[in-house]
Amino acid sequence: MELIVASSVGVLTAGGVYLVLRLRAFPVILGLALLSYAANIFLFASGRLRINAPPVLQKYGEAVYTDPLPQALTLTAIVIAFGMTALLVMVALGAFIEAGDDRIDMTEADDAGKAVRKDGAA
Amino acid sequence: MSHWIIAPIILPALLAPLIAFVMRYDIVLARAASFAGALALVAIAVGLAVISADGAVHVYDLGNWPAPFGIVLVLDRLSAVLVLLTAVLALIVLTHAAATGWDTRGRHFHALFQFQIMGICGAFLTGDAFNLFVFFEILLIASYGLMIHGGGKVRLQAGLQYVVMNLAGSTLFLIALGTLYAATGTLNLADLAVKVREIPIEEAALIRVAAMLLMVVFAIKAALFPIQFWLPATYANAPAPVAALFAIMTKVGAYAIIRIHSMIFGPEIAATDGLTGTWLFPAAAVTLAIGAFGVLGARRLMPLLAFSVVASMGTMMLAVAAFTPWATTAALYYLIHSTFAAAALFLLADLVVSRRPEGDRLDPAPATVQNGLFAALFFAGAVAMAGMPPLSGFLGKLMILDALRDPQFMALGWTAVLAGSLLVIVGLARAGSVLFWRSTAVAAHVPAADDPEPRPASPIQIAPTMAAIGMTALLAAFAGPLTDFLDAGSRQVFHAEDYIAAVLGPQEVPEVPQPEPDAVEDPVQEEG
Repeated sequence: MELIVASSVGVLTAGGVYLVLRLRAFPVILGLALLSYAANIFLFASGRLRINAPPVLQKYGEAVYTDPLPQALTLTAIVIAFGMTALLVMVALGAFIEAGDDRIDMTEADDAGKAVRKDGAA
Repeated sequence: MSHWIIAPIILPALLAPLIAFVMRYDIVLARAASFAGALALVAIAVGLAVISADGAVHVYDLGNWPAPFGIVLVLDRLSAVLVLLTAVLALIVLTHAAATGWDTRGRHFHALFQFQIMGICGAFLTGDAFNLFVFFEILLIASYGLMIHGGGKVRLQAGLQYVVMNLAGSTLFLIALGTLYAATGTLNLADLAVKVREIPIEEAALIRVAAMLLMVVFAIKAALFPIQFWLPATYANAPAPVAALFAIMTKVGAYAIIRIHSMIFGPEIAATDGLTGTWLFPAAAVTLAIGAFGVLGARRLMPLLAFSVVASMGTMMLAVAAFTPWATTAALYYLIHSTFAAAALFLLADLVVSRRPEGDRLDPAPATVQNGLFAALFFAGAVAMAGMPPLSGFLGKLMILDALRDPQFMALGWTAVLAGSLLVIVGLARAGSVLFWRSTAVAAHVPAADDPEPRPASPIQIAPTMAAIGMTALLAAFAGPLTDFLDAGSRQVFHAEDYIAAVLGPQEVPEVPQPEPDAVEDPVQEEG
């Protein structure tokens, strides 16, 4: 259980960071989405992992329960990340329509993909 | 318990959707509502500052759930003075945006503006770390809209970078909060302060990671080295009134560092002893150097002003990194000053740039209308920003130098502040002489037939810039009472026992809720 959660957080983060560093709108959006999944799973796990336990306090007895607060936090974080991703798509679309390319913080000289395409056309 | 504490959040939160949905096609109505909101916010903020002046920490339990189980808003001197600063700045910027017609160059300026104010006030007032994240997101999502207000290729591309940068920062914030929760089991600031004190040094690894992750997150907001690179691109390409409003946004990051790293991970806490200052102080010095060299090397006016904001953040964080009450007082005074100085320069830059055929490029150009007036205002703004007498920048830097007399900080701190100030003075003097002085030597501009002569700025367009410069003069004139107030505020931050007692009640709150929550709740209500 711990191994699955930990490795999924790690893989999602690694993939997210790699995609963000691609510096193009579409991979960056996907990368940020992966990063937000990783953050959500991490946040969820911060209340300790426990299987088959209710997320409420038992009034009587020493029943095992799982911490409900990280679940609420994760829910909030999911909603915010979802809204932010939608907004990012809109801003990226606006920038793409205005500028005609999807580079993020990359000069034309660094744009390897474009150079190859130019060479191929020529 | 005073309900006024939540008013700076509720008022813009109600006004913004009203403006967006009811007044979207009527700019006059939207302006009137936005102004009424800004004026009411100033009145509320003054009231809150008066309430907080009694020295008690006022707590507002949302839904009357007792802390740490419910969410709390906390009003002390520090948050009151920053809410007041936000309200006054909002009024100045709003006047400029309406007078120059910036608010008609795109949709929903006023609604986004109110949401931004809501997020900033909420971040200053909240007493819960996760709520701080939520308010950060609110102010950021509004700032994304404001940043690309008016559109245009360069602005949208810069806006996209800004959004990506901050989304990555938000993800990091969530991971930091998760680490913090895993280590302590709470996210209430007062409860965190209690829990972190009890962590022995040998079990402190996780909490130290959380403290540093949080500092990185706030350093992104405060534009500290090595994550300051987003600021010049963003501020230089944002609409000028929005850049003036953004002057307070970097301060939200600085506030969060003061609040969390002074109160929770403070200097005498065993688990995180000296951790933050070790990294923050050199980072602030490098930030100041980058800002100063940026001011010196900038070829356009807007990036020059953006770099001067970076330099002022570096100056301020040098004092914050000392983590003593007096240094924090100096940092807070400089915070208020640099907000108004940066706002004044950005607003003035908007007036000048919109009248120059060369835009904001620092090339000699024929003198435009009202050259003398703009030159005088730029001189005053530059004097404030560079920290020369008689305006408040001088006093702020003097206080910071005084606070950094500790031999541990003095060599690097004094060198950075003094050399940085010199570079900023040279850079601003060069910009001013190119923009206003050498322009009179260039042959008069011959307007083309289809190129209308720029209209002189009306008094209402100049008034916000003058008001912002006037605020720095007022800060200098009333430096004594203000410093006393801020000093009491920073002592409150460093003396966390009052904050903890006000939020959690006088007795220690046990881990599991007891059947009688009233015992915890009542003392809080009596104090409020």
